[in-house]
Amino acid sequence: MLKNGIQIIMPLRIFLYFCAFQNNKTSEMNKDLSWLKGGLLLGIVFLTAIWMVKPIGVSTQFVIVDGIVWKIFSKELIQHNQNAEPEYSSTNAYLNKNNGKYASGIANPVNYGFIFVLSMILGGFLSSRFSKKKIQQKDKISPKVWRDKFGENHNKRLVYTFVAGFLVLFGARLAGGCTSGHMMSGMMQTSVSGYLFATGVFATAIPIAIIFFKPKK
Amino acid sequence: MTILLAVLLGTAFGFALEQAKASNPNKIINMLRLKDFHLMKVILFAIGFSSLLLFLLSSMNWIDIGHFSIKISYSGVIIGGAILGIGFAVGGYCPGTSIVAAGAGRKDALIFILGGLLGAVAYMLVFGIIKDSFLFNKMGGAISLVETNPLKYEALINNVSALFVAGIIAIVFMLIAFFLPSGNEN
Repeated sequence: MLKNGIQIIMPLRIFLYFCAFQNNKTSEMNKDLSWLKGGLLLGIVFLTAIWMVKPIGVSTQFVIVDGIVWKIFSKELIQHNQNAEPEYSSTNAYLNKNNGKYASGIANPVNYGFIFVLSMILGGFLSSRFSKKKIQQKDKISPKVWRDKFGENHNKRLVYTFVAGFLVLFGARLAGGCTSGHMMSGMMQTSVSGYLFATGVFATAIPIAIIFFKPKK
Repeated sequence: MTILLAVLLGTAFGFALEQAKASNPNKIINMLRLKDFHLMKVILFAIGFSSLLLFLLSSMNWIDIGHFSIKISYSGVIIGGAILGIGFAVGGYCPGTSIVAAGAGRKDALIFILGGLLGAVAYMLVFGIIKDSFLFNKMGGAISLVETNPLKYEALINNVSALFVAGIIAIVFMLIAFFLPSGNEN
Protein backbone atom coordinates (compact mmCIF):
# COMPACT_ATOMS: atom_id res chain seq x y z
CA MET A 1 0.00 0.00 0.00
CA LEU A 2 2.69 2.43 1.11
CA LYS A 3 4.87 1.37 -1.81
CA ASN A 4 2.06 2.01 -4.29
CA GLY A 5 1.45 5.39 -2.73
CA ILE A 6 5.06 6.43 -3.21
CA GLN A 7 5.05 5.13 -6.76
CA ILE A 8 2.10 7.34 -7.60
CA ILE A 9 3.09 10.39 -5.58
CA MET A 10 6.74 10.70 -6.61
CA PRO A 11 6.30 11.13 -10.39
CA LEU A 12 3.39 13.44 -9.65
CA ARG A 13 5.52 15.52 -7.37
CA ILE A 14 8.37 15.71 -9.90
CA PHE A 15 5.85 16.64 -12.58
CA LEU A 16 4.42 19.41 -10.40
CA TYR A 17 7.89 20.73 -9.69
CA PHE A 18 8.61 20.96 -13.40
CA CYS A 19 5.28 22.69 -14.07
CA ALA A 20 5.97 25.26 -11.41
CA PHE A 21 9.51 25.64 -12.70
CA GLN A 22 8.23 26.64 -16.11
CA ASN A 23 5.52 28.94 -14.86
CA ASN A 24 7.24 32.13 -13.84
CA LYS A 25 4.09 33.74 -12.51
CA THR A 26 3.99 31.58 -9.40
CA SER A 27 6.79 33.41 -7.67
CA GLU A 28 6.09 31.74 -4.34
CA MET A 29 6.69 28.30 -5.85
CA ASN A 30 9.65 29.61 -7.80
CA LYS A 31 11.47 30.70 -4.69
CA ASP A 32 11.07 27.19 -3.44
CA LEU A 33 12.49 25.78 -6.65
CA SER A 34 15.58 27.89 -7.13
CA TRP A 35 17.63 24.92 -5.90
CA LEU A 36 16.24 22.74 -8.70
CA LYS A 37 17.09 25.35 -11.31
CA GLY A 38 20.63 25.62 -9.91
CA GLY A 39 21.02 21.85 -9.71
CA LEU A 40 19.81 21.28 -13.27
CA LEU A 41 22.05 24.01 -14.62
CA LEU A 42 25.12 22.73 -12.78
CA GLY A 43 24.36 19.11 -13.64
CA ILE A 44 24.08 19.93 -17.34
CA VAL A 45 27.41 21.79 -17.29
CA PHE A 46 29.21 18.92 -15.52
CA LEU A 47 27.74 16.44 -17.98
CA THR A 48 28.51 18.54 -21.06
CA ALA A 49 32.10 19.04 -19.92
CA ILE A 50 32.80 15.31 -19.53
CA TRP A 51 30.92 14.53 -22.74
CA MET A 52 32.81 17.02 -24.90
CA VAL A 53 36.21 17.23 -23.17
CA LYS A 54 36.89 15.86 -19.70
CA PRO A 55 35.65 16.15 -16.10
CA ILE A 56 35.72 19.66 -14.60
CA GLY A 57 38.54 20.52 -12.18
CA VAL A 58 39.73 23.85 -10.81
CA SER A 59 42.41 23.74 -8.13
CA THR A 60 45.24 22.57 -10.43
CA GLN A 61 45.15 25.96 -12.13
CA PHE A 62 46.26 27.69 -8.90
CA VAL A 63 49.50 25.74 -9.30
CA ILE A 64 49.76 26.85 -12.93
CA VAL A 65 49.36 30.54 -11.98
CA ASP A 66 52.00 30.13 -9.26
CA GLY A 67 54.32 28.46 -11.74
CA ILE A 68 53.88 31.23 -14.30
CA VAL A 69 54.81 33.85 -11.66
CA TRP A 70 57.66 31.72 -10.30
CA LYS A 71 59.07 31.25 -13.81
CA ILE A 72 59.48 35.03 -14.17
CA PHE A 73 61.95 35.00 -11.28
CA SER A 74 63.63 31.70 -11.98
CA LYS A 75 64.47 30.85 -15.57
CA GLU A 76 65.60 27.33 -14.60
CA LEU A 77 62.21 26.32 -13.12
CA ILE A 78 60.88 24.76 -16.33
CA GLN A 79 63.07 22.98 -18.89
CA HIS A 80 61.98 22.31 -22.43
CA ASN A 81 63.57 19.06 -23.61
CA GLN A 82 63.51 19.14 -27.39
CA ASN A 83 62.65 15.77 -28.95
CA ALA A 84 62.75 14.02 -25.61
CA GLU A 85 60.29 12.39 -23.22
CA PRO A 86 58.93 14.02 -21.17
CA GLU A 87 58.95 17.18 -23.20
CA TYR A 88 58.79 19.44 -20.14
CA SER A 89 60.44 18.94 -16.77
CA SER A 90 61.00 21.04 -13.68
CA THR A 91 63.48 21.48 -10.86
CA ASN A 92 60.48 21.46 -8.51
CA ALA A 93 59.44 17.90 -7.57
CA TYR A 94 55.73 18.72 -7.66
CA LEU A 95 55.77 20.40 -11.07
CA ASN A 96 57.86 17.51 -12.38
CA LYS A 97 55.27 14.95 -11.26
CA ASN A 98 53.30 12.86 -13.83
CA ASN A 99 55.87 13.32 -16.61
CA GLY A 100 55.98 17.08 -16.15
CA LYS A 101 52.25 17.60 -16.67
CA TYR A 102 52.21 20.80 -14.60
CA ALA A 103 55.53 21.99 -16.08
CA SER A 104 53.95 21.67 -19.51
CA GLY A 105 50.86 23.61 -18.38
CA ILE A 106 53.08 26.42 -17.08
CA ALA A 107 55.10 26.58 -20.28
CA ASN A 108 51.92 26.61 -22.42
CA PRO A 109 49.19 28.27 -20.35
CA VAL A 110 46.84 28.71 -23.33
CA ASN A 111 45.31 25.26 -22.83
CA TYR A 112 41.85 23.93 -22.02
CA GLY A 113 42.15 23.71 -18.21
CA PHE A 114 43.59 27.18 -17.70
CA ILE A 115 41.26 29.02 -20.10
CA PHE A 116 38.31 27.15 -18.59
CA VAL A 117 39.10 28.48 -15.11
CA LEU A 118 39.76 32.03 -16.38
CA SER A 119 36.41 31.96 -18.16
CA MET A 120 34.68 31.16 -14.87
CA ILE A 121 35.42 34.77 -13.83
CA LEU A 122 33.42 35.96 -16.85
CA GLY A 123 30.60 33.56 -16.00
CA GLY A 124 30.38 34.89 -12.45
CA PHE A 125 30.42 38.46 -13.72
CA LEU A 126 27.66 37.85 -16.30
CA SER A 127 25.47 36.04 -13.79
CA SER A 128 25.76 38.86 -11.26
CA ARG A 129 24.81 41.38 -14.00
CA PHE A 130 21.78 39.31 -15.03
CA SER A 131 20.51 38.76 -11.49
CA LYS A 132 17.74 41.11 -10.41
CA LYS A 133 18.93 40.97 -6.83
CA LYS A 134 22.30 42.73 -6.69
CA ILE A 135 24.95 41.78 -4.12
CA GLN A 136 24.98 44.42 -1.39
CA GLN A 137 28.19 46.38 -0.92
CA LYS A 138 28.87 45.15 2.62
CA ASP A 139 28.17 41.54 1.58
CA LYS A 140 31.03 41.88 -0.87
CA ILE A 141 33.54 41.78 2.01
CA SER A 142 31.86 40.02 4.92
CA PRO A 143 28.84 37.75 4.55
CA LYS A 144 25.93 38.33 6.94
CA VAL A 145 26.72 35.27 9.03
CA TRP A 146 30.21 36.74 9.62
CA ARG A 147 28.92 40.24 10.52
CA ASP A 148 26.38 38.75 12.93
CA LYS A 149 29.21 37.14 14.87
CA PHE A 150 32.20 39.45 14.42
CA GLY A 151 30.60 42.81 13.57
CA GLU A 152 31.58 45.14 10.76
CA ASN A 153 35.35 44.74 11.24
CA HIS A 154 36.22 43.87 7.68
CA ASN A 155 39.98 43.62 8.27
CA LYS A 156 39.46 40.62 10.50
CA ARG A 157 37.38 39.00 7.75
CA LEU A 158 40.09 39.61 5.17
CA VAL A 159 42.85 38.14 7.36
CA TYR A 160 40.79 35.04 8.11
CA THR A 161 39.76 34.64 4.46
CA PHE A 162 43.41 34.80 3.40
CA VAL A 163 44.31 32.01 5.84
CA ALA A 164 41.21 30.07 4.74
CA GLY A 165 42.33 30.30 1.11
CA PHE A 166 45.78 29.07 2.09
CA LEU A 167 44.34 26.00 3.87
CA VAL A 168 41.82 25.24 1.12
CA LEU A 169 44.39 25.17 -1.67
CA PHE A 170 47.03 23.38 0.41
CA GLY A 171 44.42 20.74 1.30
CA ALA A 172 43.14 20.52 -2.26
CA ARG A 173 46.63 19.91 -3.62
CA LEU A 174 47.32 17.25 -1.01
CA ALA A 175 44.02 15.58 -1.86
CA GLY A 176 44.68 15.92 -5.60
CA GLY A 177 41.50 17.90 -6.29
CA CYS A 178 38.84 20.15 -4.82
CA THR A 179 35.08 20.35 -4.56
CA SER A 180 34.73 20.42 -8.36
CA GLY A 181 37.22 17.74 -9.32
CA HIS A 182 36.88 15.31 -6.43
CA MET A 183 33.40 15.82 -5.05
CA MET A 184 31.26 16.77 -8.05
CA SER A 185 33.14 15.21 -10.99
CA GLY A 186 34.35 12.31 -8.83
CA MET A 187 31.04 11.32 -7.30
CA MET A 188 29.17 11.61 -10.60
CA GLN A 189 31.57 8.97 -11.97
CA THR A 190 31.13 6.91 -8.75
CA SER A 191 34.83 7.40 -7.97
CA VAL A 192 35.74 6.13 -4.49
CA SER A 193 38.11 9.08 -4.11
CA GLY A 194 35.16 11.48 -4.34
CA TYR A 195 33.45 9.80 -1.40
CA LEU A 196 36.67 9.75 0.66
CA PHE A 197 37.24 13.42 -0.10
CA ALA A 198 33.69 14.42 0.83
CA THR A 199 34.03 12.51 4.12
CA GLY A 200 37.22 14.39 4.98
CA VAL A 201 35.79 17.79 4.05
CA PHE A 202 32.54 17.55 5.98
CA ALA A 203 34.22 15.89 8.98
CA THR A 204 35.99 19.18 9.73
CA ALA A 205 33.86 21.75 7.90
CA ILE A 206 30.55 21.06 9.67
CA PRO A 207 31.79 21.11 13.31
CA ILE A 208 34.09 24.08 12.65
CA ALA A 209 31.35 26.11 10.95
CA ILE A 210 28.95 25.38 13.81
CA ILE A 211 31.46 26.33 16.54
CA PHE A 212 33.16 29.23 14.75
CA PHE A 213 29.89 30.97 13.84
CA LYS A 214 27.98 30.11 17.01
CA PRO A 215 25.97 33.27 17.86
CA LYS A 216 27.05 35.17 20.96
CA LYS A 217 24.73 34.79 23.92
CA MET B 1 38.49 24.54 -30.98
CA THR B 2 39.37 23.26 -27.51
CA ILE B 3 40.06 26.85 -26.46
CA LEU B 4 36.63 27.92 -27.68
CA LEU B 5 35.09 25.03 -25.73
CA ALA B 6 37.09 26.08 -22.67
CA VAL B 7 35.68 29.61 -22.90
CA LEU B 8 32.10 28.43 -23.42
CA LEU B 9 32.12 25.71 -20.76
CA GLY B 10 34.08 27.78 -18.24
CA THR B 11 31.69 30.70 -18.66
CA ALA B 12 28.70 28.38 -18.34
CA PHE B 13 30.16 26.78 -15.22
CA GLY B 14 30.83 30.15 -13.60
CA PHE B 15 27.36 31.35 -14.56
CA ALA B 16 25.73 28.20 -13.14
CA LEU B 17 27.66 28.38 -9.86
CA GLU B 18 26.69 32.03 -9.37
CA GLN B 19 23.05 31.38 -10.28
CA ALA B 20 22.95 28.47 -7.84
CA LYS B 21 24.26 30.84 -5.12
CA ALA B 22 27.28 28.55 -4.60
CA SER B 23 29.57 31.59 -4.80
CA ASN B 24 27.77 33.21 -1.87
CA PRO B 25 29.83 32.46 1.29
CA ASN B 26 26.77 33.12 3.44
CA LYS B 27 25.00 30.19 1.77
CA ILE B 28 28.05 27.91 2.09
CA ILE B 29 28.63 28.68 5.76
CA ASN B 30 24.95 28.33 6.66
CA MET B 31 24.84 25.01 4.82
CA LEU B 32 27.82 23.79 6.87
CA ARG B 33 26.11 25.08 10.04
CA LEU B 34 23.14 22.91 8.98
CA LYS B 35 20.91 25.99 8.94
CA ASP B 36 20.15 26.30 5.22
CA PHE B 37 20.13 23.26 2.94
CA HIS B 38 19.66 25.15 -0.32
CA LEU B 39 23.18 24.40 -1.58
CA MET B 40 23.11 20.84 -0.28
CA LYS B 41 20.01 20.29 -2.42
CA VAL B 42 21.70 21.91 -5.43
CA ILE B 43 24.86 19.81 -5.08
CA LEU B 44 23.10 16.50 -4.46
CA PHE B 45 20.71 17.05 -7.34
CA ALA B 46 23.49 18.13 -9.71
CA ILE B 47 25.58 15.04 -8.87
CA GLY B 48 22.62 12.67 -9.17
CA PHE B 49 21.23 14.19 -12.35
CA SER B 50 24.56 14.40 -14.17
CA SER B 51 25.58 10.92 -12.99
CA LEU B 52 22.34 9.32 -14.21
CA LEU B 53 22.68 10.90 -17.66
CA LEU B 54 26.41 10.14 -17.78
CA PHE B 55 25.90 6.41 -17.22
CA LEU B 56 22.82 6.33 -19.45
CA LEU B 57 24.61 8.03 -22.36
CA SER B 58 27.84 6.06 -21.93
CA SER B 59 25.90 2.77 -21.84
CA MET B 60 24.51 3.77 -25.24
CA ASN B 61 28.06 4.67 -26.35
CA TRP B 62 27.08 8.33 -26.81
CA ILE B 63 29.74 9.37 -24.34
CA ASP B 64 33.27 8.09 -24.89
CA ILE B 65 34.36 6.05 -21.85
CA GLY B 66 37.86 7.40 -22.50
CA HIS B 67 36.55 10.69 -21.06
CA PHE B 68 36.06 9.13 -17.63
CA SER B 69 38.83 10.15 -15.27
CA ILE B 70 38.88 8.38 -11.91
CA LYS B 71 41.30 9.88 -9.41
CA ILE B 72 43.53 7.76 -7.19
CA SER B 73 42.35 7.03 -3.64
CA TYR B 74 45.08 7.49 -1.01
CA SER B 75 45.15 8.63 2.61
CA GLY B 76 46.01 12.22 1.60
CA VAL B 77 42.62 12.51 -0.10
CA ILE B 78 40.88 12.32 3.29
CA ILE B 79 43.52 14.35 5.17
CA GLY B 80 43.72 16.98 2.42
CA GLY B 81 39.93 17.11 2.40
CA ALA B 82 39.92 17.68 6.16
CA ILE B 83 42.45 20.54 5.84
CA LEU B 84 40.37 22.02 3.03
CA GLY B 85 37.27 21.67 5.23
CA ILE B 86 38.73 24.03 7.86
CA GLY B 87 39.25 26.82 5.33
CA PHE B 88 35.95 26.03 3.61
CA ALA B 89 34.08 26.53 6.90
CA VAL B 90 35.86 29.76 7.91
CA GLY B 91 36.07 31.38 4.48
CA GLY B 92 32.90 30.05 2.87
CA TYR B 93 34.64 29.49 -0.45
CA CYS B 94 36.17 26.58 -2.31
CA PRO B 95 38.64 27.10 -5.18
CA GLY B 96 36.01 27.18 -7.94
CA THR B 97 33.46 29.34 -6.16
CA SER B 98 36.10 31.88 -5.07
CA ILE B 99 36.98 32.51 -8.71
CA VAL B 100 33.33 32.93 -9.66
CA ALA B 101 32.67 35.17 -6.64
CA ALA B 102 35.62 37.38 -7.59
CA GLY B 103 34.03 37.76 -11.03
CA ALA B 104 30.75 38.72 -9.34
CA GLY B 105 32.60 41.49 -7.48
CA ARG B 106 33.18 39.98 -4.04
CA LYS B 107 36.37 41.41 -2.54
CA ASP B 108 36.87 38.77 0.14
CA ALA B 109 37.03 36.22 -2.69
CA LEU B 110 40.03 38.03 -4.17
CA ILE B 111 41.83 37.80 -0.83
CA PHE B 112 40.87 34.13 -0.62
CA ILE B 113 42.42 33.54 -4.05
CA LEU B 114 45.65 35.26 -2.97
CA GLY B 115 45.77 33.04 0.13
CA GLY B 116 45.08 30.07 -2.13
CA LEU B 117 47.93 30.92 -4.47
CA LEU B 118 50.26 31.06 -1.45
CA GLY B 119 48.86 27.76 -0.12
CA ALA B 120 49.53 26.09 -3.46
CA VAL B 121 53.13 27.42 -3.45
CA ALA B 122 53.58 26.09 0.08
CA TYR B 123 52.42 22.69 -1.15
CA MET B 124 54.78 22.80 -4.12
CA LEU B 125 57.65 23.46 -1.71
CA VAL B 126 56.83 20.70 0.79
CA PHE B 127 55.82 18.05 -1.77
CA GLY B 128 59.41 16.89 -2.24
CA ILE B 129 59.67 16.25 1.51
CA ILE B 130 56.32 14.49 2.06
CA LYS B 131 56.02 12.56 -1.20
CA ASP B 132 57.24 9.27 0.30
CA SER B 133 55.30 9.60 3.56
CA PHE B 134 52.14 7.83 4.77
CA LEU B 135 50.11 10.65 3.19
CA PHE B 136 50.42 8.87 -0.13
CA ASN B 137 49.57 5.37 1.08
CA LYS B 138 47.27 3.94 -1.57
CA MET B 139 43.69 3.06 -0.62
CA GLY B 140 42.66 0.99 -3.59
CA GLY B 141 44.23 3.22 -6.24
CA ALA B 142 42.14 4.58 -9.11
CA ILE B 143 38.96 2.77 -8.21
CA SER B 144 35.26 3.45 -8.75
CA LEU B 145 32.10 1.89 -7.34
CA VAL B 146 30.85 0.67 -10.72
CA GLU B 147 32.66 -0.17 -13.93
CA THR B 148 33.42 2.98 -15.91
CA ASN B 149 36.38 2.36 -18.17
CA PRO B 150 37.44 -1.29 -17.79
CA LEU B 151 40.71 -0.73 -19.64
CA LYS B 152 41.91 1.93 -17.21
CA TYR B 153 40.11 1.56 -13.87
CA GLU B 154 39.06 -1.10 -11.41
CA ALA B 155 35.53 -1.30 -10.02
CA LEU B 156 34.30 -2.40 -6.59
CA ILE B 157 31.03 -3.79 -7.94
CA ASN B 158 31.67 -5.92 -10.99
CA ASN B 159 28.93 -8.36 -11.75
CA VAL B 160 26.01 -5.97 -11.90
CA SER B 161 25.22 -3.50 -14.68
CA ALA B 162 27.02 -0.21 -14.09
CA LEU B 163 24.00 1.76 -15.26
CA PHE B 164 21.77 -0.07 -12.77
CA VAL B 165 23.94 0.57 -9.69
CA ALA B 166 25.01 4.09 -10.67
CA GLY B 167 21.37 4.82 -11.56
CA ILE B 168 20.16 3.76 -8.11
CA ILE B 169 22.83 5.88 -6.43
CA ALA B 170 21.92 8.83 -8.65
CA ILE B 171 18.21 8.51 -7.90
CA VAL B 172 18.91 8.29 -4.16
CA PHE B 173 20.94 11.52 -4.42
CA MET B 174 18.11 13.27 -6.26
CA LEU B 175 15.49 12.00 -3.80
CA ILE B 176 17.50 13.32 -0.84
CA ALA B 177 17.71 16.65 -2.67
CA PHE B 178 13.92 16.72 -3.07
CA PHE B 179 13.17 15.84 0.53
CA LEU B 180 15.73 18.00 2.35
CA PRO B 181 14.01 21.11 3.72
CA SER B 182 14.17 24.17 1.49
CA GLY B 183 16.43 27.08 2.25
CA ASN B 184 15.26 30.29 3.86
CA GLU B 185 16.18 33.60 2.26
CA ASN B 186 19.37 34.61 4.04
